Amino acid sequence: MRLTEEEKAMRAGELGPAVQWAINHQIKVGSYLGAADFVPVVQAHIMADTESLGEAGVQWLERMAGLPAKQRQVRIPTITDPRGTDFAAAARLKQQRWMVDLERRAIAAFEALGILMTDTCINYQTIMPPVRGEHCAYGDTGVVIYSNSVCGARSNFEGGPSALSAGLTGRTPRYGYHLDERRKATLLVETTYTPRELNEWGALGGIVGRLAGDYWQVPAITGLARIPTSDEMKHFGAALASYGSVALFHMEGITPEAQRLSDVMPSGASVPKHKVGENDLRAFIDAYSNGIDKVDVVVFSAPQLSLVEMRDVAELLNGRTVNIPLFAVTSPQVKADADRMGLTARIEKAGGSVLSGMCFYQSYAREMAEANGWSALATNSAKITNILGGYGYRPILMSMERCIDAACASGKIAS
Amino acid sequence: MSERILYAAAGMGQKLQGDALVAKDGFSARYDLDRLRGIFSRPQHKLAGQSYVGKVLVLDAAKGGVATAWMLYEMKSRGIVPAALVLNAVNPIMVQGAAFAGFTMLSGFAVDITAAIPNDATVDIDPTAERPFIRIVASSSP
Repeated sequence: MRLTEEEKAMRAGELGPAVQWAINHQIKVGSYLGAADFVPVVQAHIMADTESLGEAGVQWLERMAGLPAKQRQVRIPTITDPRGTDFAAAARLKQQRWMVDLERRAIAAFEALGILMTDTCINYQTIMPPVRGEHCAYGDTGVVIYSNSVCGARSNFEGGPSALSAGLTGRTPRYGYHLDERRKATLLVETTYTPRELNEWGALGGIVGRLAGDYWQVPAITGLARIPTSDEMKHFGAALASYGSVALFHMEGITPEAQRLSDVMPSGASVPKHKVGENDLRAFIDAYSNGIDKVDVVVFSAPQLSLVEMRDVAELLNGRTVNIPLFAVTSPQVKADADRMGLTARIEKAGGSVLSGMCFYQSYAREMAEANGWSALATNSAKITNILGGYGYRPILMSMERCIDAACASGKIAS
Repeated sequence: MSERILYAAAGMGQKLQGDALVAKDGFSARYDLDRLRGIFSRPQHKLAGQSYVGKVLVLDAAKGGVATAWMLYEMKSRGIVPAALVLNAVNPIMVQGAAFAGFTMLSGFAVDITAAIPNDATVDIDPTAERPFIRIVASSSP
């Protein structure tokens, strides 16, 4: 990789060992992925729940945090993805003491590095949405795909160590979706059905993700009858990223880089074409039903809920009582508003729980299932449906309304 | 069977020899693994229930989210970890995770690597070579 004088100084250790480690890590990654040089980034976002970090990862962070203050500070705004717990609810979730202690240690280390503990995967809705063309180093697949596709920003998937590196160096290797040529469509998906509910948008994302198949594919979607809302884009993108490891999509006439299909499809380009209809969505959703007629827990999470989703949960619970655990998981920023507007109180009056600053699957989901006796789980998030099977759950994908109906009927699912 | 060498577009980590565990399926540490028990745990995965510990995993593509970037390091610290990953297609997360953990990985082949390497074959991997490669040393498959 070509290095500037400043980058050479970083590599030589002139800015301290943290920056030296960071630029060396970035050079390894950039060299593997064919980056010619670095690109300055304006924000970094770090995924670092302690289920992923483990004791070894937290110790590594603590060593970094133990450096002299001047040598360990991030140089660009650097924020965090959800944590592995909501401290106020850890006991209710039957999370163990060691999990909470590990989280506290990780947070202390991040704070020592100058990182802003936003604890959110919906920063594009709540913190500072990126501007079209801005180069970023985001570390949550849902954040990356939304920022790239809906905002027109430029980021690759940056795992925790790489996002932290970007925070420390203020740059990232220039490969993948920082490059114009990587942002063209590589497959075309015509949809003959426009989803109505968030779980359907997630299902469409999951289907397109499976068609795309890997990180380097960029689907272009045509045929949608209306512009999706931010929450619909959020569920679509999160599922697309989850099922396909995809980081960028275009929607003809909707997303900023694809006002015309020809903007992202070079003339004469031949790309695979697919058609997706209502039956495909039904089949995708039904595949998760798998004979499940009763669930143990209802979860709204992944991505964290927007204020509008929180309002919808509160509205659907109006005058009702849940009799199995129901969790509405949101960001600390939305939680404050939900508290102020009485939404939290309405959800909790009905027997639900509002969790803040965490995400269900990033919070020791396997251990929570074992401690609480949870197996069958209802959600409207296709992303979490994709993830939780590996954690021993039997997830079922339904609309928010049907999930709440089940929560108010001792888990029984209406046919 | 005759020795066969397959060259990768890129590699990192150390030279090693191991037994291949092969499937035409993806890899994500978060989505697919029970990292405490060292087995594939996602029921739909083609290697569901099988141990990955000490194996050279030969799979199709990196999948899922960003957690693998931390998880490979954490898995390695406990020794409940594959010996290496060999993939048709990587995503940046797998590269970042391997770089952070000092993990051995190859990716990018002229053929479908999951079809070219027999399951249980003993393989040599050299990511340090000028052209990184995987070589079949012994296999019970014809």
